[in-house]
Amino acid sequence: MATGDIAISLADVWRSLCGGEVDPVTARIVVDLRLVKAVVAVLVGAALASSGLQMQTLFRNPLAGPYVLGITSGASLGVALLMLGAPLLGLSAGMMSAVGVAGAAWIGAAAVLVVVAAVSVRIKDIMVILILGMMLSSGIGAVVQMLQYVSDNDSLKSFVIWTMGSLGDVTKPQLWLLVPAVLVGLAIGVAQIKPLNLLQLGPQYAQTMGLSMGRSRTFIFLSTTLLAGTVTAFCGPIGFVGLAVPHVARRLYANADMRALMPGSVLLGIVMMLACDIASKALTVPINTVTALLGIPVVVWVVIRNR
Amino acid sequence: MIRLEDLTVGYGSRMLIEHADCEFVSGRLVALIGRNGSGKSTLLRALAGLSRPQGGRVLIGGRDIAKMTAAERARSVAFVTTERVRIANMRCRDIVALGRAPYTDWIGRLSPADERIVGEALRTVGMEDYADRTMDKMSDGECQRVMVARALAQDTPAILLDEPTSFLDMPNRYQLCRLLRRLCRERGKSIVFSTHELDIALNICDDIALVDSPRLITLPSAEMEAAGHIRRLFFFDMGKED
Repeated sequence: MATGDIAISLADVWRSLCGGEVDPVTARIVVDLRLVKAVVAVLVGAALASSGLQMQTLFRNPLAGPYVLGITSGASLGVALLMLGAPLLGLSAGMMSAVGVAGAAWIGAAAVLVVVAAVSVRIKDIMVILILGMMLSSGIGAVVQMLQYVSDNDSLKSFVIWTMGSLGDVTKPQLWLLVPAVLVGLAIGVAQIKPLNLLQLGPQYAQTMGLSMGRSRTFIFLSTTLLAGTVTAFCGPIGFVGLAVPHVARRLYANADMRALMPGSVLLGIVMMLACDIASKALTVPINTVTALLGIPVVVWVVIRNR
Repeated sequence: MIRLEDLTVGYGSRMLIEHADCEFVSGRLVALIGRNGSGKSTLLRALAGLSRPQGGRVLIGGRDIAKMTAAERARSVAFVTTERVRIANMRCRDIVALGRAPYTDWIGRLSPADERIVGEALRTVGMEDYADRTMDKMSDGECQRVMVARALAQDTPAILLDEPTSFLDMPNRYQLCRLLRRLCRERGKSIVFSTHELDIALNICDDIALVDSPRLITLPSAEMEAAGHIRRLFFFDMGKED
C-alpha cells in the first residue's frame, strides 16, 4: 500500500490505518483508495486461483483455467455491447452509467453460463462441454471484434482499456457486492474438495465411488462463475493467474490432495496478485500485462519441468 | 451376489445383450468373455450403475441398484475401469484412501478404522511397500494392483473389473487373477471381470459368462469348455486356413 503515484511511507500507512496522526489527504488515499485496492487484489487472487484449480480438476486438463467455460468472452460481450453497441444505437450516456460496466459484464457472463448449463444438462461427456465452451468463446470473440470494427475511436479505447484489466476501478460501495460474491464462491469451492479429489480419477471412477456427477458439476460451475465472473465484471479479464497458480501450488506442495491444494492455491493466488499489483504500480502498466509476463514463464517452467 | 433379471443392454437402438437372467454367486470368480464389441464393457457399466440398462434390473445383495443413491451404490459395488490412472504427486496410499469416500465425511477425513482398512487393502494386494510412492513412477502391473486395492478399500460385496489384465505381461496376468480368486474365496466377494484371455478364464475362474450376442451364457468353466460355445465363437474360422 506504500507504492503508488504519491510516495507514502510505511509509517504513514500504518498511522492512517490505525487512526494515528497523519495528513488527512494521506489518510484518505490510504483508506479509500489503496486499502480498497489491496482488498480487491486479495479477492481477485483468491477467486481466480480457486476457480482455476476447480476447472483444471473437473476437465482433467492442465490448460483449463477459470475462463474455459466462456465466462470472459461473455463478460466481454456484455461490456462491448454497452461501450461499443450503445453509442452506435444512439443511446445516451446516462443509461450506460446506470447499468454500469460491472453490471454489463455480469449479465454477459451469466448469460454464457446459462447456455453452458443448459447444454451440460443434455451432454454427459465433459470433454464435449470443454470444446463447446471454447467454441462459444471464439464465436463471441468474433462478435466482439465485429463491434470493435464498427465503433468510433473513443468507445474503442475505453473498451480496450477495460480488456487490460484494472484493480483500481472498484469503489468502496462495490466492495459490498464483490466481497460476498467471492466469499460465497470460495465457500462452494471448499465444499467441493471431496468431489474434486474423486474427480482426479476421472468421472467414471468418481461416480462408482459415490459421487453424484450432475450435482458436483453444477456446484463447481456455480462456484467458478461466481468467482471468475464477478472478478471479470469488476476488474476486467485478468489472465494467467487462474491458469498458473494451481500448477505452482502442485509443485510447491508436492501433493495432489485438494485439502492441501485448495487453500494453498488461494494463498498463492493472493500473494501473486498483490505482487502483480505492486509491480503494475511501480512500472505504471496495466495489471493484465504484468500477470501475463509473470504467468507465462511460470506455465512454461511447469510444463518443461513436468516432462 | 449379483443378480441379472431380464436385463437388456445396448446403446441407442442397438441391443447387445437381451433378456439376460443369471446370478453371479458370492465367493466365485467370474470371467466375462466375448468378441470385441459384443457388449462386455456395456454390461459391466450397467452392473456398476454407470449407465441405465435398456430393460430389466440388476440386483446386488437383493437390492435394485437403480433404486439406490449414489452413495449406497458405492457401498455395494466397486469398479476398476480400463482407464490408466497416473496422477502426479498422488501416492498409492492416497488413491486407495479415495476408496473410503462412501464412508467419510464431507471433506474426506479418514478415521483410524479407515486408515486400517486402507493399510490392509494395500497389504492384501502386496503393495504395502509402495504406499508412499507416487503412481507416475510405477509399472502397469503395480498400478493395476493399487487400483484393485482401492476397490477393496471400498469394502463392497461385489467388485467389477473391465479388462484388468490387458496392459500386463503373462506372469502379472496370472498373479492378478489368482489374487482376485483369493479375494472371492477368502472374503466371499462376488467378482466379475472381462477378459480376452481364454486360458486364464478356463483355468483360474470358477464360472464363465459368455456374451454370444444377444445371449449371455453363464456356466461353470469346465462345462463351458465342454459345451462348445467357446470353440464356435472364437475358433470358428481357424480351420479354414489349414
